[in-house]
Amino acid sequence: MGEASIASELFLERLNYCIYVILLLIGLWAMLAKRNLIKKLIGMSIFQTAIILFYVSIAVKKEATIPIYLPEHDPHGEHSHNSSDENESSHIGTATGPVALEADAITGYANPLPHVLMLTAIVVGVATLGLALALTQRIFQGYGTIEEDELLDKLDRADERASLSPLILEERNARRRKKTTQSNGVKGRSKKKN
Amino acid sequence: MENAIAWIFIFPLFGSVFVALAGFFNRQLAYPISVLSMAGATWAGVEVLIQAMESPNHEVSYLLGGWTLDLFPRGVGIEFRADLLAALIALVVLGVGLIVTVYSKIHVEKETPNKESIYYSLMLLQITGLAGISLTGDAFNLYVLIEVAALTGYGLIAIGSNRAVAATFNYLILGTIGASLYLLGVGYLYIKTGTLNMVGIREVIEANSLADSATMQVAFVLIGVGILIKMAFFPFHAWLPNAYCNAPTTTSCLLAPLVTKVMIYVMIRMVLSVFGVDFSFEKTIWVSWMPWLVVFAIICAAFLALSQREIKRMLAYLIVAEVGYMVGGVWIYNYYGLIGSIFHIISDACMTLCLFLGAGIVLHKCKTTHFDGLRGLFSRMPLTMIGFFIGGFSIIGLPPTCGFFSKWYLITGGMVSQRWEYMIVLMFSTMVMVILFFRLIERIHLAVDESGKNLGKGHGDLGLSKEQTRFDEAPLIMLIPLLIAASIVLLIGIYNQDVVNQIETFLQAYDLPTGVVYK
Repeated sequence: MGEASIASELFLERLNYCIYVILLLIGLWAMLAKRNLIKKLIGMSIFQTAIILFYVSIAVKKEATIPIYLPEHDPHGEHSHNSSDENESSHIGTATGPVALEADAITGYANPLPHVLMLTAIVVGVATLGLALALTQRIFQGYGTIEEDELLDKLDRADERASLSPLILEERNARRRKKTTQSNGVKGRSKKKN
Repeated sequence: MENAIAWIFIFPLFGSVFVALAGFFNRQLAYPISVLSMAGATWAGVEVLIQAMESPNHEVSYLLGGWTLDLFPRGVGIEFRADLLAALIALVVLGVGLIVTVYSKIHVEKETPNKESIYYSLMLLQITGLAGISLTGDAFNLYVLIEVAALTGYGLIAIGSNRAVAATFNYLILGTIGASLYLLGVGYLYIKTGTLNMVGIREVIEANSLADSATMQVAFVLIGVGILIKMAFFPFHAWLPNAYCNAPTTTSCLLAPLVTKVMIYVMIRMVLSVFGVDFSFEKTIWVSWMPWLVVFAIICAAFLALSQREIKRMLAYLIVAEVGYMVGGVWIYNYYGLIGSIFHIISDACMTLCLFLGAGIVLHKCKTTHFDGLRGLFSRMPLTMIGFFIGGFSIIGLPPTCGFFSKWYLITGGMVSQRWEYMIVLMFSTMVMVILFFRLIERIHLAVDESGKNLGKGHGDLGLSKEQTRFDEAPLIMLIPLLIAASIVLLIGIYNQDVVNQIETFLQAYDLPTGVVYK
C-alpha cells in the first residue's frame, strides 16, 4: 500500500513537479555536457522553461477564476453602488484604489502573482537567449566554429600568443626585421645585376 | 529629500536612455551625460546614507507606486529598503561607478570606437542594476535586478575583442545557471511563506516556526549555490578570469570591484535578513563545512594568482581569493567575522578599483600588462605607480590602508570562534599577496627577467635607454581618478572606526554570538 501511495503521489498528484525536475536536469546536463554552443543554448532554454513550469504549477487552483472582481464582490460595481446611498463624488473617491476582499471570498480566485512573476522571467529569458545567440554569431564570425572543442583549441593558441613575454616578442621582431632587411638587400642586388 | 532612494535609480536609468538617444546626434555627448548622471546618483546615495543614519530605526523604506504599509500587509507592492548595510553598499557602488565613469573617456574612445553611446548606456544600466540589488527589499525583484546587472555585464564584456566574446559565452551560461537556481529557491520560499518581501519572509518564518521544514532547507541550498556561482566562489570561478582579462579596460575596472562584492552582500542579506540568523546558522549544516571549503578556495586561488605572468590575470585570481575571505567571514558565524566581512566588501571594492585603474593606465601607456614589460615604470609614471602600490599594500593588509583593518576583524572573528583553519589560511594568503606584490615591485624597479637573468649593465642600470625612462605620466583624466581611489583607500583606513560604527549599528539588530559556538 505504501508503494502504491507513493506512486500515485508522484505520478498523479505531483506529476507537474516530476516533469519540472526532469526538464531541469535535462537542461542542466545539456548546458554543461554538450559540446555544441547552440545545443548549450537549447539546454538553457529548457532549464528556464522548467522553472516557469514550476512556478505556474504552484499557482494552479481548481475551479478558480482569474483575479478580477466577480460582480458580487466588486466594491466599485453595481451591487455595492445600488446598496449604498453614497453620493457620486465620494464613490469616485473610493473607486480609485484596490480593496481587500473577505477571506472566504478569496477562495474563488487564482493567485495571479506566480503568473506575473513568470511573465517577467520569460522576458528575462528571451533577453538572455537573444544575447546568447548574438554572441554565438560573433563567435562563429571570429573563429569559424561553434563546436566547443575546436573553439577551445583556437582560444588556447590565441591565449598563448597573447601571454608571450614582451621581451621574447621584441627579440622575434628584431630577428624578423633583420631577415627582411637581408631579403631586401638580396632583391636590391638582383636588381642591380639586371 | 524624501525621494532620495528613487533618485538613485532615476539618474542612471534615464541617463542611459538619454545617452542612447544622444548617440544618434552626437557621440561626444555620451561622456558628459554619463558623468553628470553618475554624479547625481552619487549625491542621492550620500543623501540616503545620511537619512538612514539619522532615522531612529536606522533604515529608510520606499514603497513604489503609492502602496502603504498601513492599508496593505507587507508584500503588496515592491519595497526599496535602505538600512545601514544597504545604504553603505549602494554608496560604494555609486562611488566606484562615478570614479570609473570619469576615468573611462580615453579607454572607451580607443577600445570601442563609434560605440561610445551604446557603451555608456550599458554602463549606466549596469550601475542601476547593482545599486538596485543593494537597495531592493523584495526577493523576486532582486532576481530581476541580478539579471539586469548580468545582461548588461555580458554586453559590456562582449563589446570588446573576439576573445572577450568567447569568454562571455561561458560567463552567460554559468551566470544563467546561478540566477535560475536563485529564482527556483525564491519559488520554494514563496510556497512556504506566501510573500516575497524580505522582511515579510522572515516575519512569517519566525511567526510560524518554519525553520524545521524541509522546503526551507531546499530553498536555502538553491539560493546559496546560485549566489555562490554568481560571486565566483572558488570551484565556480571558471568564468571570471577570462571574462575580466579580455574585457575592455573600463569594463574590468567597473565589474571587478563591484559584481562579486555585491553578490556577497546578497548572501549576507539572505543569511541575516531573509532566512534569519537562527535558521541559517543553527538549522543548516553550512556552518560546519563552509569554512573548510573557504580554506580550500583561498589556497587554490592564491596559488593560481601566483602562477600568473600578467597583471590583469593575476588580479582576477586575487578577486577569487578575496571572495573566499568574505564568504569565510560570514560562515565562521561570529559577530566580528561579519563586521570584517562587511567592512571587507567596502574596502575590497576600493582597493580592487585602485589596482584595476592602475593596470588600465599601464596597459594604455605600455600596450602590455605582462610582468616583463614593467621595467622602469616607476621613473616613467611615479604617481600612477604610487596609486597602484597603495591598492596593492591594501590587498596585502599593511596599515594604515583599509585592507589592514578589515583583515584584522576577519582574523579576530576566526580567533574568537576558534576556527583556526580560517585564521591560518588568512595568514597564509597574506604571505602569498606579499610575494605577489613585492615581485611586481621588484620587476618595476630592478632589471631582472623571468629566469632571474640581469638585463641591465650593472648596479642601478635598468637596461633601458633614456627615452624609455623619461618622465611620461598618464593623462590627468585617468590619473586623478586613480589618485582619488588611492586616497579613499587611505581615508577609509584612517577613519575605519566611523565605518565600523555604522556596521555595528546594523548588526546590533541581529542576535550574533561573540564567542565560541562550534568547535
